[in-house]
Amino acid sequence: MGITGHSTGPLTDDGLVQLLTPAGERTSHPDYDARVAHLDADALRGLYRDMVLVRRFDTEATALQRQGELALFAQGLGQEAAQIGSGRALAAQDHVFPSYREHGVAHTRGVDLTDVLRLFRGVDHGGWDPVGHGFHLYTLVIGSHTLHATGYAMGVQRDGAVGTGDPDRDTAVVVYFGDGATSQGDVSEALVFAAVNNSPVVFFCQNNQWAISEPTTKQARVPLADRGPGFGVPSVRVDGNDVLATYAVTAEALERARSGGGPTFIEAYTYRMGAHTTSDDPSRYRSSAEEESWRLRDPIDRLRTHLEERGELPTAFVEELAAEADALGERIRTTVRGMGHPSPASMFEHVYATPHSVVEGERVWFEQYEASFADGARAGEGSHR
Amino acid sequence: MPTYQQFPLPDAGEGLTEAEIVAWHVAVGDTVEVNQTIVEIETAKSLVDLPCPWSGVVSAILVEPGQTVDVGTPIIEIDTDPSGAAPEPGAPDAAEQVVRAEHGGAIEHGHRGNGRRHQGVEPGGADEIEAARVSTPTAPAGRAGSGAPAAPSAPSAPSGREGARAAAGLVGRAPQEEAAAGLAGHAPSGAREAAGLAGAAPVAAAAGLTAAPARESVLVGYGLAEPGAGRRPRAGEQSAAPTEAATAATAVTPATAATPASSRHALAKPPVRKLARELGVDLDSLNPTGPGGIVTREDVLERASQAEARTLATYPGDDLPWLATGTVSGDGRQTRVPVKSVRKRTAEAMVTSAFTAPHVTVFQTIDVTRTMKLVERLRADREFADVRVTPLLIAAKALILAVRRHPEINASWDDANQEIVYKHYVNLGIAAATPRGLVVPNVKDAHRLGLLDLAKGIAELTATARAGRTSPADMADGTITITNVGVFGIDTGTPILNPGEAGILAFGAIRQQPWVHKGKVKPRHVTQLALSFDHRLVDGELGARVLADVAATLAEPAQGLVWG
Repeated sequence: MGITGHSTGPLTDDGLVQLLTPAGERTSHPDYDARVAHLDADALRGLYRDMVLVRRFDTEATALQRQGELALFAQGLGQEAAQIGSGRALAAQDHVFPSYREHGVAHTRGVDLTDVLRLFRGVDHGGWDPVGHGFHLYTLVIGSHTLHATGYAMGVQRDGAVGTGDPDRDTAVVVYFGDGATSQGDVSEALVFAAVNNSPVVFFCQNNQWAISEPTTKQARVPLADRGPGFGVPSVRVDGNDVLATYAVTAEALERARSGGGPTFIEAYTYRMGAHTTSDDPSRYRSSAEEESWRLRDPIDRLRTHLEERGELPTAFVEELAAEADALGERIRTTVRGMGHPSPASMFEHVYATPHSVVEGERVWFEQYEASFADGARAGEGSHR
Repeated sequence: MPTYQQFPLPDAGEGLTEAEIVAWHVAVGDTVEVNQTIVEIETAKSLVDLPCPWSGVVSAILVEPGQTVDVGTPIIEIDTDPSGAAPEPGAPDAAEQVVRAEHGGAIEHGHRGNGRRHQGVEPGGADEIEAARVSTPTAPAGRAGSGAPAAPSAPSAPSGREGARAAAGLVGRAPQEEAAAGLAGHAPSGAREAAGLAGAAPVAAAAGLTAAPARESVLVGYGLAEPGAGRRPRAGEQSAAPTEAATAATAVTPATAATPASSRHALAKPPVRKLARELGVDLDSLNPTGPGGIVTREDVLERASQAEARTLATYPGDDLPWLATGTVSGDGRQTRVPVKSVRKRTAEAMVTSAFTAPHVTVFQTIDVTRTMKLVERLRADREFADVRVTPLLIAAKALILAVRRHPEINASWDDANQEIVYKHYVNLGIAAATPRGLVVPNVKDAHRLGLLDLAKGIAELTATARAGRTSPADMADGTITITNVGVFGIDTGTPILNPGEAGILAFGAIRQQPWVHKGKVKPRHVTQLALSFDHRLVDGELGARVLADVAATLAEPAQGLVWG
C-alpha cells in the first residue's frame, strides 16, 4: 500500500545555481563567480539594505490591509533575493514588465513603494510613471504581460537598440511572472515569438511553488526551466533565495539580450512565505512544516550571516538600517492613511496617448453634469480633503 | 487631554461583510504598540490576527468574544495620547453618562457634554456638539460629530439621542445592531447599489457612529463613504436642514471630511414614548410590530421584561445562562445560541453523512487483557518514555492492519462521477472533543508510521485540537476514523461516518469483567468495538471481516506480527 511519488519533479534542488548557501557560505561556481566579483562589502550591504527595507514594506502593507486601509495586498515575503538580485542587475534603459508581487523590483527601479500601495488601496490604476522608471504598471492578469514584454522587446529591436555595443543604448526587457503563469498559453506564445525573433527579453519566472493553492507539482512534471530549451531559449535554474546567484544569472541573461543573443528563461526557485494575498489562508492547503523548512532558507538571513561572519556588518550600519526601516514604516502608514480619492475626471486621462475628440467630449459633458449638483463640481477638483 | 481612536472592524478578505471576534489579546488599560496583534477574528474564510493601527493605551473593548459584527463596527478604542491631561472637572464624561443612561433608564441625560477631546474636535467642542444636536435634527451629534461633518443628503441623520448612543458605544456596549438595522431599514437600495458593493451601507452607518480618523472613506474596498444614503441634491434645490447641519457640523469639525450619518427614527405614539422612557427602553432598538412600522406598547413591554434580571427557574441558584454566548428566553427557561463555526460545520457534515450514506453498524465484545499488558510494557519502555501509550494507540494500529488486509474499506463514494475511490494511503481520523466542538483531524499517511511515530502523531493532533488550532488542512482528506467513546466511560455506540469515508470504529470503555478464559471464569479486561460502514460500497461481509481483524489484534497483539 502507499503511493510512491516521482523522484524527480518540478521541485528539486538539482541544477540550481547557488553562490551563497543557506548557512551564508560563499560557494564557487565556474560560470558565475566573475559576475559578482565586483560586488564589494559595500555593494553587499546595499543588497542587504534593499531586502530589509522591502521586507519592512511588506510587513507594513500587510498590517495596513488588516487595519482596513488597503483593499488587498500581495506579499512578496521570502522572494526578496529573487527580486532585489535581478532588479539590481538592470541598467537604467532596461524595461521591466512586473506581475503584481514585484515590490522588490519596483524598489530597485526607484519607484516610491508608497506609490505601489495606491493600487492596493484602490485609488489609482497604476501609481507611477512606467516610462520614467522603466517599470511597467503591475499586471494582475496572469501571464498576459509576457506577450507585452515580448512585443516591447521586438520594438526595441526595431529601434536598433540591440547589439550596438554602446552600453548606454543596448536595451533588455525583463518580464516577471510566477509558476502559475507557466500554465497559461500566453507564456508559451511569448516564448515562441521571443525565440523566433531573437528578441532581447528575459523571462524571469519566480517559482514560489504555489499558484494560490495549486502546487507546482500539479502544473509540471519537470523543472519549469526545462520549458525553455523546447522553444530554443537558453534556460537556467537559480536558487531564488540567493541574492548573489540571482544577480549573476540575471546579469548574464541581460548581457545576452542586449548584445543581440536573444531571450533567456530564468527559473528562480524560491518560496512564497506569506499568503497569496491578504484574502488567502495558506494553512488550508499547505503544512506549517513546509513553511518552516523554507524559513531556514530565508534570503535575508543568509546574507546577514555571510556579512557577519566576515565582520562586514558593523553595529552602526545595522542600527541605522533599523531606524531607516522604522522611518519607512511610519512614512508608509502616514502616506497611505492620507491618500485621497482620485478625481472622477481622472478616468478620462490616459485613455489615449494623444488628444481624442470623443473622450474630450465625454469629459466636458461629465464635468457639466457634476457641476449641476448642489455640492459643486467634484469632477475637476480632485481630492477634496 | 487624552485622544481616543476607534478601530473599525476591517474587511480582512475581499468583500467580507462580517466577522466573529474570537479572542482579545489585550485588555483595557494595556499599553499597545503599532501593529501589535490585538485580536483574533474569524471570517467566512479564515482565522485572522489583526494588528493595532496606533500605539497607546486600550481604553475600551467594544465587542465581546463570540460576537459577530459587521465590517466597519468599532471593536476597540485606544487612547493614543494617554499622557494627556484628564478631562476638565465639571465636564462630565458623556460616554459614561450614557452608559448609566442605558442601564438606568435616564437616556436623556446622555449628551450634556463631552470632556474628551477627539481628533478634529476643537477645545470647547462640547458645547458646539450640544448646539449641533439641539438646533439641527439632521446633524450628526455627540462624538459622531468629530469625524463626521454634514452628510447633506442623508435622509435621516441621527438625532442628538442617537449621537448620545453613539457615545455610549465608546465605553459600554456599542449599539452596532442599531446602526446596521437603521441602515438596512432606511438606506435606499439604489444608493447601496450605487456604492457598488454589498456591505457598503453598513460601513457608512458605522462611520456615522464612530468618529473615525479624519478621512472620508472609512474602509477601503467598501465603496465611497460619501453620498451615504440618499440622493445627491441638485444645485438650487431647497435644502435648509442640510445647510444648517453643515454649518453646525462645520463648527464642530472645520477640518474634516464628510462622513455620512444614517440611522432611523422609531415611530411611536406619545404614550408609548413616555412608557419607553419610564422603562428605560430605547425605541430605536426595537423591531416595530405595529401597522406601518410603528412601535407598539407591547413591543416596549416585551423588551422591558427581557431586560429584567432573569433566573433559570428550574434550578434555584443557578442564575446564569448555561452558555455564555446565548440569549436567555423571557421566562428564563431556555437559552438560545446561534449556530455557527464548528457547531454549524459539524451539523452539516453529520446531516450529509447520515442521510446520504446508508449506515450499518456491527459490534464485537472482546477480551483485551493482552493489549492492556502490552500497553503496560510499552509505558515502561524507554523508547516510549516521551509519549502517552494508551489502548487507543493499539486500537489505531489494529485498525491500520485491518485496512491493510481489507483495503476496500479505505474508500470513498464519489457520487458525482459514480465511482468508488480506493485510497492507497491511510489518513487516520481521530474524533476529538474540543472547547470549540467536535473536530476530526487525521494523522497523515498513518500506514507508514511505526507505533512510536503513530503515538506521537496522535498526541500532536489531539494537543493541537484541544488548543483550538486544528487547521482545515489537518481535517481534510481523512480516509477512516476512530472515535474513542470509551474515554467517557461508554460501552459503545453507533458512530456516524465522517463524510467522504466508508468506515468509523467506535472504541468503548475497557472494564474488568467476568469472562470465560481457558475454560474458567476469570476477571479479564473486556471492551466493545463497533464499526459503522457505508453500505453503498462496503458489504456486511467486508465490514464484519474488518471488525473481526481489529478485534483479533486487540485480543492478541502478537497477531500484528503475522499481519504486519
